[in-house]
Amino acid sequence: MKEKLILIGNGMAGVRVLEELLERAPGRYEVTVFGAEPHPTYNRIMLSPVLAGEKQFEDIVTHDRAWYAQNGFDLRTGTRIESVDRTAREVVASDGSRMPYDRLVIAAGSHPILIPVPGKDLPGVITFRDIADVDAMLAAAGSGRRAVVIGGGLLGLEAANGLLARGMTVTVVHLMATVMERQLDDAAGYLLRRELERRGLAVITEANTECIFGDGRVGGVRLKDGREIPADLVVMAVGIRPNADLGKATGLATNRGLIVDDRMVTSDEAILAVGECVEHRGQSYGLVAPLYEMAKVVADQLAGRTDSVYQGSVTSTKLKVTGIDVFSAGTFGADKDAEDIVFRDAARGIYKRIVLKDDRIVGTVLYGDTADGARLFQLLRSSEDVSAERDTLVFGPALAAGGAAPDPIEAVAALPAEAEICGCNGVCKGKIVEAIGAKGLQTVEDVRTHTKASASCGSCTGLVEKLLKSTLGEAFQQGSSVKPVCGCTTYGHDEVRKLIRAKELRSIPELMQELAWTSPNGCSKCRPALNYYLLCEYPGEYRDDAQSRFVNERVHANIQKDGTYSVVPRMWGGVTSAAELRAIADVVDRYQIPTVKVTGGQRIDLLGVKKEQLPAVWADLNNAGLVSGHAYGKALRTVKTCVGSEWCRFGTQDSTAMGIALERATWGVWTPHKVKMAVSGCPRNCAEATVKDFGVVAVESGWELHVGGAAGMHVRPTDLLCKVATPPEVIEYCCAFLQLYREEGRYLERPWPWIERVGIAYLRKRIVEDAESRRALHARFRHAISFTQKDPWAERAAGAAAHEFSPLAEVVA
Amino acid sequence: MKIDWIDVGDVDDIPIMGARVVRSADGDIAVFRTADNSIFALYDRCPHKGGPLSEGIVHGRSVTCPLHNWVICLETGEVEGPDHGCAAQISVSIDGGRIRLGLPRASRAAHG
Repeated sequence: MKEKLILIGNGMAGVRVLEELLERAPGRYEVTVFGAEPHPTYNRIMLSPVLAGEKQFEDIVTHDRAWYAQNGFDLRTGTRIESVDRTAREVVASDGSRMPYDRLVIAAGSHPILIPVPGKDLPGVITFRDIADVDAMLAAAGSGRRAVVIGGGLLGLEAANGLLARGMTVTVVHLMATVMERQLDDAAGYLLRRELERRGLAVITEANTECIFGDGRVGGVRLKDGREIPADLVVMAVGIRPNADLGKATGLATNRGLIVDDRMVTSDEAILAVGECVEHRGQSYGLVAPLYEMAKVVADQLAGRTDSVYQGSVTSTKLKVTGIDVFSAGTFGADKDAEDIVFRDAARGIYKRIVLKDDRIVGTVLYGDTADGARLFQLLRSSEDVSAERDTLVFGPALAAGGAAPDPIEAVAALPAEAEICGCNGVCKGKIVEAIGAKGLQTVEDVRTHTKASASCGSCTGLVEKLLKSTLGEAFQQGSSVKPVCGCTTYGHDEVRKLIRAKELRSIPELMQELAWTSPNGCSKCRPALNYYLLCEYPGEYRDDAQSRFVNERVHANIQKDGTYSVVPRMWGGVTSAAELRAIADVVDRYQIPTVKVTGGQRIDLLGVKKEQLPAVWADLNNAGLVSGHAYGKALRTVKTCVGSEWCRFGTQDSTAMGIALERATWGVWTPHKVKMAVSGCPRNCAEATVKDFGVVAVESGWELHVGGAAGMHVRPTDLLCKVATPPEVIEYCCAFLQLYREEGRYLERPWPWIERVGIAYLRKRIVEDAESRRALHARFRHAISFTQKDPWAERAAGAAAHEFSPLAEVVA
Repeated sequence: MKIDWIDVGDVDDIPIMGARVVRSADGDIAVFRTADNSIFALYDRCPHKGGPLSEGIVHGRSVTCPLHNWVICLETGEVEGPDHGCAAQISVSIDGGRIRLGLPRASRAAHG
């Protein structure tokens, strides 16, 4: 008599076992298949195209009933197995019927994860797992209706794309900062998100779902930050977990999944398991390739090849959204000896990354051009030594065969003709390219003469050079005169800023992708600069990246040589009071702060504060009305004043009040480098205003405004900008000056070298002679500062960025 | 010396491209998380002048010391570029998102 084999689960893994078994030992078993779904088996991976309307259900059925009949398999669909009587070796179905087995294979698949938020059971909340879910989604879908997909992973994005194709307005809410973060790194995640948004999908990242609301039916999703997104349909696609229910009910060893050994055998020798329900060496899989590899081993075992073992799988992922090519395989983390090869082609929206370890590929991410995915995956799986083709690996076999590597100059080449290259003289790209062609221009100097581009401030010189290069090709000979920001790029500071504007780059990963950065995430030179440039370009919109800031600006205090910090409270105009001094004295006593020192900028510095003390120190200072003095930042440091006409027998104006007003108007804004100011009440200049970045000197008839002084390693007296009559004018001119410096100064360039670079005449033109320009600069300054004049100490004393100030753990011996 | 694997916290407790400190009897340990979610641990002392590496900017698989901008390789603890020196490494193992450090026997963790 034939042995009896029962297969529980008529999905892709289970049926693959049957196929493999047919190849090895046809007719060896009397096979019965139980499937809980009422359908014959279908290709679950293709549910996304069905949802998108690109395929019909019939197209994705892989094995119809005739196939089962032909091979003598007894298929029982719509029948759920409730338990297994392991002693009697019988399965028990939901209708109570029993059936004996000699070998049993469990292929129970997985459950979609439902996040336990209020409203998860409302009608209209659907998971994305089987054809019934797709039918439910299609029933609720319809042109003009709204859907929210919770989960920006592979499945969630496919569901969202499908619903979008059905004419719905779709919002994806995702808990993490980038979509598909398990398969993609930041750069590829950014490209994918940009493309999805271009197609009309709304994507909200770092979105924590608080509840699904609705009266009797789904009405929408509320996020923890209070935002509400109305919806007629909510799809939960946050992941799957192995279905170990039957294993648990039967007393088999289970953990998260049903535990199997390398032979795919459970804790009962007669029972094997395969597919998404299993846990093998602590790992469960939700992708098809590993399931097929497991199915081979299960079939081997059933066919009597007992030495066949499964040793885990390396997985690869492809996003099934038409027109978007994403491929990811292996690991790109958690390995100490791995190294990266990164290739970016901004113009074509391509990103490729290959992770190598010991000259072997261990991971890869491809976006935009996945043609090489299969080859790289093959090299990854075979663990082949790739050192010989290492240099050309990322370009694909085409380059190795003699093709040319793309040029990073393409970012400039790809700019539209109307993109402005020279802001000073209003020259756009088209005009320059035309002039190069029509007049046979060869050098930057030629372009300057004929078009005026880069003839004023010169900050677009690099762009003009690259335009010459891309227009003339090989004919362009001149070496680059622009110093790159750092080793990660060939672009200089001014070029980066202009390209941020021209290409509307809005984040560091986006910028690095579009400008073909050569490192995965920059370095300690470029990241703070880029963070500043984006912050300056998009006030109130760009989100400051704390990890791209130097420690002092991240923790709002100055690091000292022993790792402690110094704390400088703001003293407006250098004026303090008994109450403030008392509060400072109390803080010094309470926290046993070793050194108290008066600074050169007329402030009090508390030195030797331990990092974990900072929030408490700030809270106590805040209670006395003292706020951050920004002595740690690329920002306004201090406005030094003399006592002026209030007390001094020589004073001509109230310089103290002027200084306080200036400081109130300008504190808290980020600048390319630190900024120091001073106001003196008469030309004796006791506040030393003529060695400050912005110095004000009172005279009988008003105020002299001086700029570009320095008294550090390099001593430089200020240049006189102009003279004004009233305090409101002092403030307007000062803000306009600071804004011009913010917009055109290079990161870590103090005002004085900037002024020497562009000339004081240029500043006079923009700030003094052109009133409209001055007012616009002033308005932009006010706008920018409206988002940043918040005391960072108060925010941190109240608990912001708490992880900065506490250890991860303490290990005691 | 025998090594114990001590659980010090979750990968997600450390900011991406950031670091946290683990206090130990042998001195502070800086635990780094890179952009690709790799975790590395070094004693929190720059080989140059003892600067706290945990406060540096993390980029690629390197950290730049906040005191004098020496760049330290997280994978080896070696100083990169023209300078020389090495920060002592601690073994790390990751299991289910939990970070464990390989420390001399008889250490226990108390979470801060």
